[in-house]
Amino acid sequence: MVKSESSQQPAVLNFHNEKDGRLTLELQGAWVLGASRPSVGLVEQQIKAVSPGTLCFDCGALQHWNTGLLLFIDQCNCLATKYSVELEDRGLPDGVRCLMAMAKAVPEHENEGEGPIERSLFYKVGSRSIRIVDAANEVFIFIGEAITALARFAVGKARFRWADLWYTVQQCGAEALPIVALISFLVGLIMAFVGAVQLQQFGASIYVADLVGLAMVREMGVMMTGVIMCGRTGAAFAAQLGTMKVNEEIDALRTMGLSPMEFLVLPRLLALFFMLPLLVLFANFVGIIGGLVVSLSMLDITFNQYVNQIIQAIDLVNFSTGLIKSVVFGGIVAGSGCLRGMQCGNSSAAVGVAATSAVVTGITVLIIADAVFAVIFNILQI
Amino acid sequence: MSEPKIKVTNLTAAYGDFVIMRELNFEIQRAEVFVIMGGSGCGKSTLLKYLTGLKTPAPGKGSIYYDGKNFNTASANNRRKLMQRFGVLFQGGALWSSMTLAENVSLPLEEFTDLRPREIREVVSFKLSLVGLKGFEDFYPSDISGGMRKRAGLARAMALDPDVLFFDEPTAGLDPLSAKRLDDLILELRNSLGTTIVVVTHELASIFAIADNALFLDATSRRQLAVGNPLELREHSEFENVRTFLNRGASSFKAD
Repeated sequence: MVKSESSQQPAVLNFHNEKDGRLTLELQGAWVLGASRPSVGLVEQQIKAVSPGTLCFDCGALQHWNTGLLLFIDQCNCLATKYSVELEDRGLPDGVRCLMAMAKAVPEHENEGEGPIERSLFYKVGSRSIRIVDAANEVFIFIGEAITALARFAVGKARFRWADLWYTVQQCGAEALPIVALISFLVGLIMAFVGAVQLQQFGASIYVADLVGLAMVREMGVMMTGVIMCGRTGAAFAAQLGTMKVNEEIDALRTMGLSPMEFLVLPRLLALFFMLPLLVLFANFVGIIGGLVVSLSMLDITFNQYVNQIIQAIDLVNFSTGLIKSVVFGGIVAGSGCLRGMQCGNSSAAVGVAATSAVVTGITVLIIADAVFAVIFNILQI
Repeated sequence: MSEPKIKVTNLTAAYGDFVIMRELNFEIQRAEVFVIMGGSGCGKSTLLKYLTGLKTPAPGKGSIYYDGKNFNTASANNRRKLMQRFGVLFQGGALWSSMTLAENVSLPLEEFTDLRPREIREVVSFKLSLVGLKGFEDFYPSDISGGMRKRAGLARAMALDPDVLFFDEPTAGLDPLSAKRLDDLILELRNSLGTTIVVVTHELASIFAIADNALFLDATSRRQLAVGNPLELREHSEFENVRTFLNRGASSFKAD
């Protein structure tokens, strides 16, 4: 704003030593931010050299000033305190004096013990362990409360809005169909394609149907749907609940005597419990269609052969393993989303963290659960 | 004097290990307008969290009594029952953003009363008209201004004709006329329905207009400095902080 004025002189600092121990700083020209200004180091040198009793200012030739001058005066203030020199501000412009007085009106906030304190190794290990235990506790409390809420729902005592349930069902059911269809179709297609190349060498290409059918029904259908829903719906749950927390909407429920667990978490849990098996059924079907497309176009397999082979390959036991898993996966996806949402801090950044951590937690737990199921099914020999 | 509606004894307010206020002792009488005041960041809103049951004092760190019953040791069920008799207006309104204003106000009515849908609708539009929002029933919180959200939050807080109404900075961010209307409404609720009202604020005009009693919290000493009628405190408080605060800084110049 001031830069354009061509008549401006550069900032100049002159020192005048007077006999009575006064050091006068004569400020000339424009003392503005952005233009070059004499450094406060000069003043320090001068103070060291002559060790004056008082520091004075002469601003007779001062043209223009802004925060640039204020910073300089503030630094002079610090120097004056450091070398116990008195600072006389009479020579400064009125505006500078007033602003400096305002800046000093409220004493600096003292951070009591909040600074970075060097802790011992034992302290660090201990506090980290306590934090891990606390985090685990929170998860167990959440699971416990969720089960209580489900139990209250089972006996018809849970309070929540049915409209919320239907809305969530629509969100994570019908509206997820396109993406689930696309991914499952491609997964079926890819598996058939990879399998076909190998099986053709042995003249066993009809077994592409077994491969695609079993893999979809037992593993891929439920796994892919779980991962998709985790990224799609789990993150959405965490973000929704997190934002509600930031806006104090969850506090508003609590003070009204309504349990956020029943009111917010329960409908979301229920919606995914019911919707994920349906989505998995759909995914299985679409994946098998994907295999059919490859079989018809690349291999000499007819529609009837493929369908017959599928029907032989997939029995009810195989089919139900995927569906059993899907119910559990639904709980995992909704649970991790809601847990991270409810744990959300009080800022918009925390909402992002909650959404990220919901997806990470969800997918990790999904994979672990899938492994556990694989072992259990192996032991049961199904 | 009859039994106080709310009694706080020796309460320490803290976030984890970080103590915000200690040794809080005060009583709030039935049908009284009680103001909690103090400079920014002194823990007014935190204290409100304790009073509304969002935070519970750590064991041995004080107690809060409602009608002589200990709020903190009450069973979860009793606590919930007590809390249903509260109305709370949060700083930003805290309306449920997925619901319309009418749904926001009607939710407590649907959950806690046996009113028929038609009666609920009537109550809702009456409460909204009390805060000057008649005709906005089908608006979503995101469609209206911050001040309107706050007023809608008040309509929701009043939905069940609560025994105790808590306000967190009700007039902050409102234009002077709306603020005046809100102050009038607070007094009217107290006078006509006998509601006990607890207000967290630092708006002096509001404090002098509505408060019967006030509690002054001091951020530096982390203690309560004074309890009493704000007009008396302004003139006769032994603490200069309190007089300065209530005079909007005027007395500090007198003291110089």
